[in-house]
Amino acid sequence: MEKKVHATEEQLAYAKLLDMGMKLGMLALIITFIVYVLGIFTPHIPVNDLPHYWSMPVKDYLRATGIHPGWAWLGMLGRGDFLNFLGIAFLSGVTIFCYLRVIPIFFRKKDTVYGILAIIEVLVLVLAASGILKSGGH
Amino acid sequence: MSRILLALFFLGMAVMTVLVGAASAIATTEPAAALPAAAGSSMPWWAWPAILFIVTFVLGIVAVLGGVGGGVLFVPIIGGFFPFHLDFVRGAGLLVALAGALAAGPGLLKKGMADLRLAIPVALIASSCAIVGAMIGLALPTNVVQTALGATILGIVGIMLMAKKSEYPDVQQADNLSTALRISGVYHEVSTGQDINWKIYRTPQGLALFIIIGVMAGMFGLGAGWANVPVLNLLMGAPLKVSVATSKFLLSITDTSAAWIYVNNGAVLPMMVVPSIIGIMLGSIVGVRILARTKPAAIRYMVIGLLLFAGTRALLKGLAIWN
Repeated sequence: MEKKVHATEEQLAYAKLLDMGMKLGMLALIITFIVYVLGIFTPHIPVNDLPHYWSMPVKDYLRATGIHPGWAWLGMLGRGDFLNFLGIAFLSGVTIFCYLRVIPIFFRKKDTVYGILAIIEVLVLVLAASGILKSGGH
Repeated sequence: MSRILLALFFLGMAVMTVLVGAASAIATTEPAAALPAAAGSSMPWWAWPAILFIVTFVLGIVAVLGGVGGGVLFVPIIGGFFPFHLDFVRGAGLLVALAGALAAGPGLLKKGMADLRLAIPVALIASSCAIVGAMIGLALPTNVVQTALGATILGIVGIMLMAKKSEYPDVQQADNLSTALRISGVYHEVSTGQDINWKIYRTPQGLALFIIIGVMAGMFGLGAGWANVPVLNLLMGAPLKVSVATSKFLLSITDTSAAWIYVNNGAVLPMMVVPSIIGIMLGSIVGVRILARTKPAAIRYMVIGLLLFAGTRALLKGLAIWN
């Protein structure tokens, strides 16, 4: 059985993209958070009111604030608090791009099984991110 | 090392202090809030994000060394001692665990400590099941979820305490599935200077357990390092450091699917999530540097201690004994 002392090509490619994505996401997170707390864009929920809302169950919070779940935040990017979802969504999506990066490497190396596994993983993560799957709530 | 740690900590603290100070000044110029003050808390609103940052920075270091997601520590500690509702704590916990894993992943992969071939089949099962678990968890009563979580973690602590050999498990022969998937490797143990050959066995049983782990990770709103490490190490026979590193990397995939379910259901507050993520990511970067120079036995005892505390806390809170 072949042994690997060093990380494989696909592992290094994945790591490189993950590193870049993590740093970009972190940067987006910091910048949008600074914009938020400095009040450059008016937030949907005033920061003084936050302690009232963060102690509510999410169901009550959504009703009280008039916020719609799912990808509705895309239409509220002009609000300081919702601008932060750019960084959050980016960090939550980095793994999908890392998988897309290694799929061609697997197929080039004729590692068909891992290529197919990676494709299925992308489909699973895209389904989770789509917002199609809803919970009943408690 | 200590200089890096201190520099990162004080840099983060300085930034957070400036930010919350500025935000506080701006907030006091806004019209008085029409809403009543939050019950049970006399702290100004900006104090909680600042405290969150400090606590999650420490958790970020500890989580990497313990091979657990930050979420498994974050949820009981923040949920127990901060004024946030558990729905938001669980959503933030998953994003915190995800961010910690994203920060640690590149370094662990490049050093060959985390193994992509081992992670991919495991991650596919765990992340698919985490979606199902997240949907169930958001529908179940909170006390039921917490009680089950506490019992599970304490069970894993018991298994780890009884295990006699786990730093370098003696795997005589790889099983057929791991051989077909070519899951094996060599990693360099810095603390002893040795190259460690490893292979795994009981792969079908291990993959089957990741169905349960995935469901539980999503259901509890936590990371899954507390279960990943014992299964990879004790059941499948991967060396402890490979198990810890691969588990940490694995969280970046499993928690991605579960986190999206929480994000899409509205259980994410940026003022709570962002200071936590920044704190955990800075802590994780420091933790990875320490991990490469730490002996496996020390990591194992830290894992056991962390799991014991987190499990006890979750169980007692679920039973309304320690609220």
